[in-house]
Amino acid sequence: MPQMIDERAKAGLTPEEDLSLLHEVSMKTAGDSHVEMCIQCGTCGGSCPAGMDMDHTPRAIFAMLRAGMREAVLKSNTPWMCVSCYYCTVRCPQEIHITDVMYTLKNMAVQSGMVQDSTASDFSRTFINFVENYGRSFEIGLAGLHNLIHPRLALRLPNMAPMAIGMLTKKGMSPLPPKRIKGMKGLKKILKRAKELEAA
Amino acid sequence: MSDYIFYPGCSMESSAKAYYDSVMSVCQALDIQLNEIDDWNCCGATEYLSLERMPAYALIARNLALAEKQSNGSKTVVAPCSACYLNLAKADHYMHEDKAFGKNINEALAAGGLHYTPGKLAVRHLLDVVLNDIGLEAVKAKVVKPLTGLRVAPYIGCMLPRPDYGNRYSDTENPTELDDLLRALGADVIDFPLRTACCGGHMTQIGPGTAFELIRRLVSTAADQYKADVMVAVCPMCQMNLDAFQGQMNGYFKTDYHMPILFFTQLMGIAFGADAKELGFGSEFVSAREAMSRIGVQTPEPAADAPAKKKPAGLPMPPPLVHASQTTTHSKEAGQ
Amino acid sequence: MSPTKRPKERIGVYVCHCGSNIAGVVDVAEVSAWAGKELEQDGVVVARDYKFMCSSLGQELIERDIKEKGLTRVVVAACSPHLHEPTFRAACARAGVNPYLFEMTNIREQDSWVTTDKIEATKKAKALIAAAVGRVAYQKPLESLYVPIDPNVLVVGGGVTGIQAALEIANSGQHVYLVEREPSIGGHMAQFDKTFPTLDCSACILTPKMFDAGNHKNITLLTWSEVEKVEGYIGNFTVTIRKRARYIDESLCTGCGVCWEKCPKKVVDPVFEAGLGYRKAVYVPFPQAVPKYPVIDRENCTYYLKGTCKACEKFCPTGAIKFDQQDEILTVKVGNIILATGYDLFDARKIPNYGYGRLPNVFTSLEFERMTNAAGPTLGKVVLRDGVTQPKSVAIIHCVGSRDKNYNNYCSGICCMQSLKFAHLVKEKTGGEVYQFYIDMRTPGKTYDEFYQRIIQEGANMIRGKVAEITDTARHPSEEGKLIVQVEDTLVGKQRRIPVDMVVLSAGLEARADAKEVAQKFGISCSADDWFIERHPKLDPVATMTDGVFVAGACQGPKDIPASVAQGAAAAARVLSIIGQGEIEIEAATAIVDEATCVGCKECIASCPYQAIQYLEDKGKAYVQEALCKGCGTCVGTCLPKSISLKHFTDEQIVAEMIGAMQTMKSFETVEAA
Repeated sequence: MPQMIDERAKAGLTPEEDLSLLHEVSMKTAGDSHVEMCIQCGTCGGSCPAGMDMDHTPRAIFAMLRAGMREAVLKSNTPWMCVSCYYCTVRCPQEIHITDVMYTLKNMAVQSGMVQDSTASDFSRTFINFVENYGRSFEIGLAGLHNLIHPRLALRLPNMAPMAIGMLTKKGMSPLPPKRIKGMKGLKKILKRAKELEAA
Repeated sequence: MSDYIFYPGCSMESSAKAYYDSVMSVCQALDIQLNEIDDWNCCGATEYLSLERMPAYALIARNLALAEKQSNGSKTVVAPCSACYLNLAKADHYMHEDKAFGKNINEALAAGGLHYTPGKLAVRHLLDVVLNDIGLEAVKAKVVKPLTGLRVAPYIGCMLPRPDYGNRYSDTENPTELDDLLRALGADVIDFPLRTACCGGHMTQIGPGTAFELIRRLVSTAADQYKADVMVAVCPMCQMNLDAFQGQMNGYFKTDYHMPILFFTQLMGIAFGADAKELGFGSEFVSAREAMSRIGVQTPEPAADAPAKKKPAGLPMPPPLVHASQTTTHSKEAGQ
Repeated sequence: MSPTKRPKERIGVYVCHCGSNIAGVVDVAEVSAWAGKELEQDGVVVARDYKFMCSSLGQELIERDIKEKGLTRVVVAACSPHLHEPTFRAACARAGVNPYLFEMTNIREQDSWVTTDKIEATKKAKALIAAAVGRVAYQKPLESLYVPIDPNVLVVGGGVTGIQAALEIANSGQHVYLVEREPSIGGHMAQFDKTFPTLDCSACILTPKMFDAGNHKNITLLTWSEVEKVEGYIGNFTVTIRKRARYIDESLCTGCGVCWEKCPKKVVDPVFEAGLGYRKAVYVPFPQAVPKYPVIDRENCTYYLKGTCKACEKFCPTGAIKFDQQDEILTVKVGNIILATGYDLFDARKIPNYGYGRLPNVFTSLEFERMTNAAGPTLGKVVLRDGVTQPKSVAIIHCVGSRDKNYNNYCSGICCMQSLKFAHLVKEKTGGEVYQFYIDMRTPGKTYDEFYQRIIQEGANMIRGKVAEITDTARHPSEEGKLIVQVEDTLVGKQRRIPVDMVVLSAGLEARADAKEVAQKFGISCSADDWFIERHPKLDPVATMTDGVFVAGACQGPKDIPASVAQGAAAAARVLSIIGQGEIEIEAATAIVDEATCVGCKECIASCPYQAIQYLEDKGKAYVQEALCKGCGTCVGTCLPKSISLKHFTDEQIVAEMIGAMQTMKSFETVEAA
């Protein structure tokens, strides 16, 4: 009922009101994330090497989580720009596991289908497809395949193809897919059970 | 002879062959016995964690379970890749700290007939093992060709000193471990302020503009401000980002940097008197030949670039792609 | 051992609601009804519950029952005995029951406040009451002891807090020993140039007080001295003080200054100059030092290092240099002690991303205080580490080492105002650009927020964000040669990099590095952050759980000058009130020796931490001096023939207490099983 939401917003009310969001994020993160302890100091946003390219700083994301702005958070590019450098995590004065929370937000964005630019999530998916089928990853195949899915990216990266060739010539890498691990059957069972537990 | 459980990681089999070769050479010289985990699997890098939590941790934990089974007295898993190291350490840490979570992961492992006892194994990076188990004195004793005169930028990257679950490193921002090791090899080690800054991670794949800026910061600071001859990495992903993407970064910013990016084990090997070719020299994109020749070390010239016009041929086709939207449906079904 | 036959006593039980503090969880009506019925066989003749037992009406209830129902023993189940045991003991005494025939059991802190389970809480309240009823019948009337108060006072720490406390007491006519570790009194305040929010000169307001303290007929000033040992108890402490050798004969020294002028050895002064300036090997920390006598720094003096030099001795006009002087050990007797030992500055080198110690032009707040001080190493000029260049822009960073779980979790309280003061000083002295980086601006003192507004008006740039890092690694030509402050401007929601010439870190306040040892020496406790713990955070802020030992100023927690001075005066008032009483009541629960069974083995004498047990040579028996005994019970445990017992804590009383609790718990199990 978009009309209802608009009326709420016009009246100055929060457009969405999902006060369980913060708790949900906390529950979906391994260990104690301390995400509810944020004091909005901005150490994370100041530390982030990719902060310039994020549409909201991590600090702003935590404020938005508190305000229950599910859609705005899950559509944000912020978690996808995270480079897992853990500067924010070790500097955070409240010991919030910020990098891990970014992973959780990515999980939630993919599962809710709210991802805006799927470049990053598709890359992850391509990578994981190799792993789920071979038990190992494969960089060359990955770069090539990823570029096939995302020709836009290949355009932005005019030199991508020569690099892949360089991989073959300079590094002597095999153009064949990785060798499948022996315990693939067992690994598939493990991953299937893990997915069931995740959904539970 | 010190025995360790060895988790090589996927890159060691492909793009980081030079790292694998030099690790083997150095470990042999230092009497470090690496027993590879039988039938190990990919750690999922940062990608699986981005999609699904439990499967990602279960994937990592399968390696720990195999390692525990195979341990034979040794309790230390050594990973030469920072990303693999952190993933293994992280899975162990959270399974131990969050008991319910640990129980869930073990329930998943049980489906494949495996089990891991959280806290049972110590996950460590090779750099830490060389420094703390072997020691600088033993390393110095092996040096036959000191790297005197080679200006080296020590680049340790993010995932060893941060978040550092085991408190293994001297500092989260300015750890000196790599400096100490390189100095023990006789190198002229610069006080590199960006030694733990980010290499760009997976942004080279998904947001090159962001990644190129991070690569530029590292390379330009080492080259312009500190006049380093080479930069030394401890992780295949860092090495690949800085080496393989340096040319594109130059194109993007209209710069012309030629900073060779080497693995720490390659320089250890040289100092220990091993043959450059056996240490994987020549497989780098930015040639280290000139830099190394300055200290009288001959390294092979990397193969010439393949003609740019030649179409990429012979790339393998992977199994059918499950698109993101399909993934969503799939996990929703699983939830019901 | 089982108790002897239970004495027939008439016991009253009173269950307090404490508003909803107890009654919200414990079913108090049910508990009192149960006590009246189930404990009747143990002598309970009346059991009541009441909203506030500690009120006058509650106390009158007990007094009336004692008179009308002939109670001989009283049990109150309420809060901690720390709070109201004296209240109810007094009520009993007024109605003619010896105060030691009263027993208090805690059903608040140890019951209703620690669980939400109403059923279990009610059961526990019953068990605790049964235990108290069990023991109270065996309690014996005791008489408290009164000991005279020694009117002399020890004040430890000669900062502004200790000076204030010492002067208040000395002015009232009592004698004070003021002990200071450094060569001069004055503390941190003597290092500052201006004080917020009035910007009055720190030295101008402090030095008159220092002079008074140094010249007061009722103050014995012991600088360059430390307390080594404290024995005794309120009213009668014996304190051992080490007066370290200054290598100066104070009776001859005139403080003329020739010695430090002629001394060839210059060293960095890490204490008074905060590492930013130099002093000689023989020195007074600053010109207005009290006392005026210098100290020879033995670790740096060329004579002690190499055996030659003696320049000071050669030039001293009065022959006051005494290289062979020894430390003196003094013993003083005092009745009360005030600790005013102050704080240490957080070591900013611990935060690697702020670069202090690595980047030359990053300074700490204390360094900046010295820099702005007209008598400091730069004579008040604000300059970079090169000593000459005036900065064109200065970043001032709040919360360095405070409000950060990686370092100190608490707010240091003073840094916001101090940083605003710095902003003013930079503007005044350089006219340059100033940036304040803060998380939350905290200015709750009198006229403090007005000061904040003044600084905004003076043109300081306020940026809300905790600084992520300070670096000299330029990303852009405009950053070259600068320090770059990287921060999220949280009000804009964007990362910013601000190039400046100088950075000042407002480092937090920490407890003294040796606070734990000092606390142990004086028998008081420290919080998790090592601050000294006061008796009650609101109602007894300067007393401690150890009678006769008081705390004041920043040793109790971060504090600015006004609050420290107020606490110094408050502690003095508390001490003077005790001195005014002339004597003090001592708890009667002391140890006693049964001479009939004592074998004179002296084990108890060796075990007593208070040296309260004597050996009577003529009888060959041990004897406890009641005034010295603290009732700790250590001797009881060491006495093999069980000749020593602790009054008010006899085996019989304790066993009866345990039986009461256990029988009650057992009865619940039986009921549940049935």
